[in-house]
Amino acid sequence: MATTPTRDGPPPEVTEEQLAAMHDDPRFLDLKRRLFRFIVPATVAFLAWYLLYVLLSAYARDFMGTVLFGNVNVALVLGLGQFLSTFGIAWGYSRYAARNYDPKAIELHDAIHYGEDR
Amino acid sequence: MDLLAQAEGTGRTLTMVLFLLTVAVTIVISIWGHRYTRTATDFHSGGRSFSAWQNGFAIASDYMSAASFLGIAGTIALFGYDGFLYSIGFLVAWLVALLLVAEMLRNTGRFTMADVLSFRMRQRPVRTAAAVSTLSVSIFYLLAQMVGAGALIALLLGIKEGETYLGMDAETAKIAGIVLVGLIMTLYVALGGMKGNTWVQIFQAMVLVGGAAVLTLMVLGQYGFNVSDLLGDAATASGQGAAFLEPGLRYGVEVPGDAVQTMWNKLDLVSLGLALVLGTAGLPHVLIRFYTVPDARVARRSINWGIGLIGAFYLMTLVLGFGAAAIVGVEAITAQNPAGNTAAPQLAEVVGGEVGGSTLGAVMLAVIASAAFAAILSTVSGLVIASSSSLAHDLYNSVIRHGKATEREEVGVAKLASIGIGIVAIVLAIFAQNLNVAFLVGLAFAVAASANLPTLLLSLFWKRFNTSGALWGIYGGLVASLALVVFSPVFSGTETSLLGEGVDIAWFPMSNPGLVSIPLGLICAVVGTLMSDESRPDRFATLQVRALTGAGSERAAEH
Repeated sequence: MATTPTRDGPPPEVTEEQLAAMHDDPRFLDLKRRLFRFIVPATVAFLAWYLLYVLLSAYARDFMGTVLFGNVNVALVLGLGQFLSTFGIAWGYSRYAARNYDPKAIELHDAIHYGEDR
Repeated sequence: MDLLAQAEGTGRTLTMVLFLLTVAVTIVISIWGHRYTRTATDFHSGGRSFSAWQNGFAIASDYMSAASFLGIAGTIALFGYDGFLYSIGFLVAWLVALLLVAEMLRNTGRFTMADVLSFRMRQRPVRTAAAVSTLSVSIFYLLAQMVGAGALIALLLGIKEGETYLGMDAETAKIAGIVLVGLIMTLYVALGGMKGNTWVQIFQAMVLVGGAAVLTLMVLGQYGFNVSDLLGDAATASGQGAAFLEPGLRYGVEVPGDAVQTMWNKLDLVSLGLALVLGTAGLPHVLIRFYTVPDARVARRSINWGIGLIGAFYLMTLVLGFGAAAIVGVEAITAQNPAGNTAAPQLAEVVGGEVGGSTLGAVMLAVIASAAFAAILSTVSGLVIASSSSLAHDLYNSVIRHGKATEREEVGVAKLASIGIGIVAIVLAIFAQNLNVAFLVGLAFAVAASANLPTLLLSLFWKRFNTSGALWGIYGGLVASLALVVFSPVFSGTETSLLGEGVDIAWFPMSNPGLVSIPLGLICAVVGTLMSDESRPDRFATLQVRALTGAGSERAAEH
C-alpha cells in the first residue's frame, strides 16, 4: 500500500489538541461516514442472519430436517452458509476498506502528524 | 472394548515422546523469546512487530482450545448436528471483532482492554473494574481448560481404575496433568512474555491444524470423499437416524408432555447462541492480540487469517465428529469418556489402524493427542498473559502506583503475576478436578458478552458514556452473569449439577445466562451513564480521531 511517500523514522509526536482539532474537520466526518457506511449494515445483516439461523434451529426443526439431496439437509446447508457468509463479509470488508477507507485514513493520519503542508 | 488399551505399549510411549518433543520445542522458543523481551511493550505486546499471518496463527491458537477441538468433535460424535451449532457461533463471532472492535482497539489502546475503557474516564475505578472482569473471565476459562487437561492426560495414557503407569494411578495422573500444564504455561509467559508466547502459539497452531487436517483427509478417504455417505453412516451408527443430522438432540431439547421445560430449553439455546456470538470480541486474551501488530490494517488482515484458519478447523471438526460417530461408534466413545472428549483421539487410532496397521494407528493417536495438548497449552498461556498484563499494567501501575512505575518494575510485576496466576490456577483446578466444570467456558463467554463487549462498544461509539456508566456496565454484567449461573440448573438441583441433586437453589431455569445478562449489562451501562453528569467531549474527540485515523497510536518497537 504505497499511498504516501515514506518518511524515515517514527512520525513526530502529536498533542491531544492536534488530535481533537481534527474531529470536526469535514474530511474526518467523511472518513467516519465511509467506515459506518459499511460496518453498520454489515453488522446488522450478519447478526440478523445468525439469529435467524439460531431461531430456525430452535423452532423450525421440521424445516431444518428437510432433505435436499443424499443425506444433506437444510440445517447442514444453512450451517455451511454461515461459514460462507462469514468468509464473504470478512473478504468484502477488507476490499472495501482497502479501497474506500485506508487511503483517506492515511491521508488524515499524515495531516495530523506532519501538518498540511506536504 | 477399550480401543486405547489395544496399542497400549507403543501408543503410550509414542504419545509421551511426541508430547515431550513438542513441549521441548516450545520451551526452546520461550527461552529464545526471553532474550528479546526487555521493555513493557515486548512483554505485553510482543514489540508490536508481528505480521498479519503470524498474528493470525496466534489468534487461531489462542482461540482453538480443548473445548473447541475435543469438545466440539465429541459433541458432534454423540449428539450429531448440535455440536456444529457451537462452532458456528464461535466463528461468526469474529465478525464482531473484525468490524467493530479490533482496529479501533489497536489504534486507541496500549497493552490491555482497560486502556480503551479508561481512555476518557477516571483511571483508577475503571481500570480496577476492567481488571476484575479480565481476571474473572481468565480464571473461569483457565479452570475449565486445566481440569480438562488433567482428565485428558489420564485418558490418553489409558490409565484405568486400579491400574498404574509410571507409578501413577488415574487420580495421580490427573493431578500430574494439571500441575504439568500449569507449570508449562507459566514458564511460557514468565520466560518469553508475549513475544515468546506468540511464536509458541504459531507453532502450536501448525501442530493442531496439521494434525487435524491429516486425520480429516484419512476419514474422508475412507468414504471416497463422499460427505453424504459419511453423514449417512454416522446417522445409522448413532441409532438416531435422520434426527442425528438435525438440531435438537443436545440443545433446545423438546421434552414430550412438558411444554414449559421445552420452552426454557429452546430459549436456553438462543441464550447460548447470543453469548457465543457476542462473547469472543470481549475475551481479554483475544483483545490483547490486536496490540501485537504494527497498525490497524495489519490487525484487520490478521483477523482474516484467523477467520480462515478457525473456519477451516471447524469444518474439519465436523468431519471428525461425524467420522467418530460412524467409525468408532457412540458406545465405544462413551465407554472411554461419557462427555465424548476422547472421540477425536479414538478416531485417530481406529482410522490410522484401518489405513496403515496398528503402528500407524498408534502414530495417529500420538499426533492427535499432541494436537490436543497444543490446543490446551496455547489457550491457557494466552489467558495467563492477559491476566498478568492486566494485573501489572492496570492494577499495579495505574491503580496502586498512579502510573508512576517504571517499565522494568511493570515487567517484573507482570512476570511475578504470571507465576502467581499459575499457582492459583493449579490449586483451584486440583480442587475442582472431579467437578463438572464444562459450564465455565460458557460462563467466560457470558461474562465477556455481558460485561466487556457493551462497555467496550459504548466507549468507542457513544459520546455521552462516562465513568459511572463503565463501572455500572462492567459490574452489572459480571454480577448478573455470575448470579444467574449460581441460581441455574448447572449449579444445583439436578444430577449433573456442580453441587449435585441434594442442594436446590435453581430458580433460574436456563443454563446460559446470556439472554438476560447481556441486555442487563447494556441497560446498566446506559442507566449508570445517565445518572452521572460527567462528560468529556474533548477526550471523546481525541479517542475517535485516534481510533479512525491511527494518528497518535502506539508504534512498533524498533529492534
